[in-house]
Amino acid sequence: MKKPFDLKADYQPEKFTFKNKKAVQEIIARYPKGRQRSAVMPLLDLAQRQNENWIPRAAMDEIAEIIGQPPIKVYEVATFYSMYNLAPVGKYLIQLCGTTPCWLCGSADIMKSCEQHLGIHNGETTKDNLFTLTEVECLGACVNAPMVQINDDYYEDLTAERMVEILEALAAGKDVPVGSQTGRKCSMACSGPTTLEDQAKKAGVA
Amino acid sequence: MLADKDRIFTNLYGFESFSLKDAQKRGDWDKTADFIKKGSKWVVEEMMASGLRGRGGAGFPTGMKWSFMPDPEKSGKPHYLVVNADESEPGTCKDRDVLRNEPHKLIEGCLLAGFAMGAHTAYIYVRGEFYNEASNVVKAIKEAYAAGLLGKNAAGSGWDFDVILHRGAGAYICGEETALLNSLEGHKGQPRNKPPFPAMAGLYSCPTTINNVETIAVVPTILRRGGGWFAGIGRDEKNAGTKLFCISGHVEQPCNVEEAMGIPLQDLIEKHAGGVRGGWDNLLAVIPGGSSTPMLPKEICETVNMDFDSLREVQSGLGTAAVIVMDKSTDIIYAIARLAAFYMHESCGQCTPCREGTGWMWRMMQRMVRGNATVEEIDMLLEVTKEVEGHTICALGDAAAWPIQGLIRHFRPEMERRIMEYRKAAA
Repeated sequence: MKKPFDLKADYQPEKFTFKNKKAVQEIIARYPKGRQRSAVMPLLDLAQRQNENWIPRAAMDEIAEIIGQPPIKVYEVATFYSMYNLAPVGKYLIQLCGTTPCWLCGSADIMKSCEQHLGIHNGETTKDNLFTLTEVECLGACVNAPMVQINDDYYEDLTAERMVEILEALAAGKDVPVGSQTGRKCSMACSGPTTLEDQAKKAGVA
Repeated sequence: MLADKDRIFTNLYGFESFSLKDAQKRGDWDKTADFIKKGSKWVVEEMMASGLRGRGGAGFPTGMKWSFMPDPEKSGKPHYLVVNADESEPGTCKDRDVLRNEPHKLIEGCLLAGFAMGAHTAYIYVRGEFYNEASNVVKAIKEAYAAGLLGKNAAGSGWDFDVILHRGAGAYICGEETALLNSLEGHKGQPRNKPPFPAMAGLYSCPTTINNVETIAVVPTILRRGGGWFAGIGRDEKNAGTKLFCISGHVEQPCNVEEAMGIPLQDLIEKHAGGVRGGWDNLLAVIPGGSSTPMLPKEICETVNMDFDSLREVQSGLGTAAVIVMDKSTDIIYAIARLAAFYMHESCGQCTPCREGTGWMWRMMQRMVRGNATVEEIDMLLEVTKEVEGHTICALGDAAAWPIQGLIRHFRPEMERRIMEYRKAAA
C-alpha cells in the first residue's frame, strides 16, 4: 500500500465532487437540524465507494465544506478509523483477521498462502493492482474462523487451499460464494444445529 | 438444556428469510401497540421483573437503566435510544446473527424500549465491517416504515418513532458507549468522562440510553410472554433468562447457540460445540466471555456455570458470553500476546496509561513468548497491568490488563519454564 494520508502525494486528484447528490442529501437528513457533522462518517464511506475504494484529500475537503467544519475535523475522523483507505488500494482489498480466535484456527496459514500465491506481504499491493493484503483485528465472525473480508464480503471457514481457489477465481473474474466456504448455514454447528429442531427440519438442514 | 419453545431467536441461523412477512409468522410485531397502550411505567416494570441484565458485557440491569431516563415532559429535550451494534470483542459474533437474520426483533425492540424511555428516535450503530448485515437491517427498517410499523403513529400505538442506521468504520473503542456517542456525533471515537452520564447528557447532550443489540432484541418477547417467564429461566433471579453464546477456537463444531443463563461451561462445549478437539482431557484453558475476561484453566472449566455471578466468583466474567476454547496444542503465551497486540492497536490514545501501557504490555509479552526475559519481569509485567487497570477514562485499559493477569494467575509456571529454556539454550 502507498503511504497513507500523504496530502501532497502525486496520486492525489485535484478535485472531487459527489456524483450522487441525492445520496448526500439523504445522508444529511438522517440527523437532526444543525447536527450535520454526524454525516461525516457516511459521507466518507460514500466518497470511498465512488473513488475506487480510497478517499483523496479533495474528497475530505469537499465533505468539510458540506458539513460546515474546518477540513482538519474531517482529516481527524478519516485517520482515526481503520476502514477509510487514504491511499489507493487494489481492486480486491483482502483484510485477514489475525486476532486470537482466528489465529487458534489457523489464520497464520491463510496469511502464508495469500503471501505465497500473490507474491506480496502484509500491507502490500500486487503489481497489477488487483489485490491488497492486510492483517486486521477481529472482524466478528469468530465461530466461522478463519476468515477474511474482501471488499464488502466475508469468506469464512477457510482452508489455505480454499483461500488460493478464491484468489484465483477473483483474478479470473469469476463469482465466488460469500460466507461459509463449507456450505454451513451462518453460525450453526457444521454437522447441523443442536437446537431449533423443527425449524431445521423445515429448512431441510437436519 | 433450554427447550426449543423457550428460545427467543428462532431464526438465529437464517433458516428462513429476515423479511417482515416471515418475521411476523415467527411472532414478531404481534400486538406491539397493546404494550405501548399499557404505558411506559408498565414496560419498565415488566423489564425489571424479567431480571434482564445488559447483554453487551457489563451486565447492568436493563429495566433499572431505563428508569434513569428523566421524565420527557420535564427534561424539555429530545430523548434518544442508541443501539450498540459495534460488536468487536474478539470471540463475539452473536449480534451479527441478530442483525442479519432477526432484524425485526431488534426494530420492534427499539420501538418498545424507545417508548419506555420517552424517545422518538433510535440510532443503531453497526460496526462498519458488517456491511451485509447492516444492509439487511436497512431493508427491514424500510419494510417496517412501509407497513406503518415505524414513523408517525408507529404500529398504531399513537407513538411517533424513527429508526436510523449508522455505520461505523473500524474501531473497537466505539463499542464503549460514550466513544460510540462521540463517533455518532462526527468526532473521533474517544470515550467521554462520566459524569455526566448519558441518561442526563448523551447524544447531542440530550438524555440517551445505549443498549446492546441482544438486550433490545429480546424485549418484545419478554413483554409478550411476561417478565416472569424470562425470570424463570436461568440460575437465579440475578442470572436469568436466555443468552446467546458463541463458542469458538479448538472445538469440533464451533457455533452460536441460545441457551439458558447459567448452563455449565462443560455442557455448553460438549452438547452444542461437539466437545473439545481431541476430547475433554485435551483442554488447556477457556476464555469464557470475550477477550477481555481472564482465562480459566481446565479444573475451573469443569465446574463453573456460565452466568454473571458464577464467573465473577472465579475472578473472570461473563462479558459477551463468547467462549474461546484452547486445547493443549496452544501456545498459551502467544494467544494472550496476540490479544495484547489487539488492545495496543485499538487503544484510542486519549489516556496515557492505556496508550503507553498497552504498548509496554505487548512488547513484554513478545519477549515472554520467546522466554527472552527474567523471572522477575513476570512480576514487573503484572505491575504494569495494575498501573493501567483503573487509571483510564474507559474500561479498555482494564480489558487490556485482565487477559495478562489471567495468564500470570494460572500459567505462571509455563512462563517461567519458557524463560529457563531460553536461558539454557542461550548458555
